[in-house]
Amino acid sequence: MRSWLERAGFDPRFTSLVLALAAIWIALAIATDGIFLTPRNLYNLSIQTCVTAIMACGMVYLIVARQIDLSVGSQIAFTGMIIAYVQVRWLGPETPDAWLVSIVAGVAAGAILGVFQGWWVAYRGLPAFLVTLAGYLMFRGAAFLVADGQTLAPLSSTFQRIGGGVSGSIGPAWSWILCAIACAWVIGQAVQARRSRARYNAAMATVGADAAKVLITCAALVAFVAVVCAYPDPTSTAANGVPEGKGIGIPVLILIVVAAALSIIARRTRFGRHVFAYGGNPEAAFLSGLHVKRVVLALFVMMGALSAIAATITTSRLNSGTHSIGQMAELYVIAATVIGGTSFAGGIGTIPGAIVGALMIQSLDNGMVLMDVSSANRQIFIGLILIAAVWADALYTRKIAR
Amino acid sequence: MTALVEIRDLSKHFGGIHAVERVSCTLHEGEVVGLLGHNGAGKSTLIKVIAGVYPADEGELVVRGEKREFESPADAREAGIETIFQTLALAENLDAPSNLFLGRELLTPWRTLDTDRMEHEALQVISRLNPNFRDMKKPVRAMSGGQRQTVAIARALYFNAKILIMDEPCAALGPAESRMVLDTIRRLKDEGIGIFLISHDMQDVFAVCDRVTVMKNGAVVDTVRVADVTEEDVLGMIILGERKKTGPRPAPG
Repeated sequence: MRSWLERAGFDPRFTSLVLALAAIWIALAIATDGIFLTPRNLYNLSIQTCVTAIMACGMVYLIVARQIDLSVGSQIAFTGMIIAYVQVRWLGPETPDAWLVSIVAGVAAGAILGVFQGWWVAYRGLPAFLVTLAGYLMFRGAAFLVADGQTLAPLSSTFQRIGGGVSGSIGPAWSWILCAIACAWVIGQAVQARRSRARYNAAMATVGADAAKVLITCAALVAFVAVVCAYPDPTSTAANGVPEGKGIGIPVLILIVVAAALSIIARRTRFGRHVFAYGGNPEAAFLSGLHVKRVVLALFVMMGALSAIAATITTSRLNSGTHSIGQMAELYVIAATVIGGTSFAGGIGTIPGAIVGALMIQSLDNGMVLMDVSSANRQIFIGLILIAAVWADALYTRKIAR
Repeated sequence: MTALVEIRDLSKHFGGIHAVERVSCTLHEGEVVGLLGHNGAGKSTLIKVIAGVYPADEGELVVRGEKREFESPADAREAGIETIFQTLALAENLDAPSNLFLGRELLTPWRTLDTDRMEHEALQVISRLNPNFRDMKKPVRAMSGGQRQTVAIARALYFNAKILIMDEPCAALGPAESRMVLDTIRRLKDEGIGIFLISHDMQDVFAVCDRVTVMKNGAVVDTVRVADVTEEDVLGMIILGERKKTGPRPAPG
């Protein structure tokens, strides 16, 4: 069955990951008498996953390129404080467009943190592990200094929607429109890929296999939108008194945009190709004339910007800026990336894998909360899952090396 | 005729170690020059200077009549110098087309990678070198030594190099694959390409080289025409570091 899957163009690593997630969901559904699979819980799960998943997308690139960023939790804290400072202290939360200016400022601040770390790693040759460990301390301290340890609140009412809470979703109509567009895009891509390969008489998977892939992807999209639309929005005022469904949460929308953009960059651009080449063999990348230092610097800048986007969602959900957010985020982000099949040996990793990895961790956390498992026990269990994932990765790597 | 490459008194030091010491040599169109010497004689360092990996400390590198100082391997490539390194310099996680076009990817009008065209082009050039090698999707990690070598050679050939540097191209190959490489060298030579060949195999050297430059301890022992010497003469130069004595044999011409 394995070779059949591979011939049909299914990535065996990703397929086994999705199957593992399905098994976990079934187990949690049984253990919680079905509460885990209610639309309400799944909507919350989708929102909870976004912060980790967005940062995991950037971590995939870094780990593929044999780097690491331990400071992402502190980056969230610092950029979150910048965002809150711009809104509360500088412009005033209800100034028009203050929310937009604050996001731009936050992303710029994240990029600057990335330039700082990336410069030490790429141009001064220090190990990323140590530079970002220093960043972990420094950025947390800097976050405290932004408002002298105070919590900044409240934030702009427009900004609060970004967190996916009250009116934090786009409603059923737009959800279904986007779903249709996404399905059309998936189908279009598959048709175009086949056409392009046919032009060069290149080998390709059977029509049935490609059709199955497209069908599964579209079914997953439709199922997701159906679930989030089945969760009634208490604030909506429908004409007949029946509340409307919530639809896709705004954080999920942000995650989809980030993931789509980074997947395309990874697979379709020179930059992405160079990141993977560098991770596979840094010496070969240099001898092939790639600007390896610039590539490594860009990765850290990208990670900083993604942390700021994650900080936007976190501060919005809290409706305040506080310097203590994002603690242990780096551990969850790295865990999600590794569970998603990114290898510390470099050169191997995917964005969809990391997102499923983040979803898996969040599902376990969410499900165990529903089961009344204590926080301490949850940490132990998720740690064990991480070890299991790394072990599976080691077995897989040994198998393909043979 | 100006030489393709002319190296004048080139030196490269690493700390106190004189890896290359006042080396001079030339390469003309349609010529194969063998670089010979023991391990540590300075051959690989010399070609890495020509390939833009290291800057020279002293001396000049003249490429097609123009004095050049390469800052990176990309500069050397732009000057028409392609190098097949002994390590092959392939990314093991990527497939043949990705490696072949690494750093010089073909793009669509939307500035994205034209993967299908790259695969098509790669298949053309690779299958010409090695007709049995048609799987363009498999990563280098899963390839045989000969297939890896083919990818490295194909990369050097695809971009119409005028100057080719080959560091031990046959070291990891079986007899049939070695013959393929030697045939390729002869064909390129006929096309007017100049080749620096590093090899330890004296038979290979005598089969394809026009001249050999022998190095020992970073310096050139001598440069001789292959037609004028025997394998024993050259081995003597490599081992003892002595120029061939003009013995009883009459000098040609």
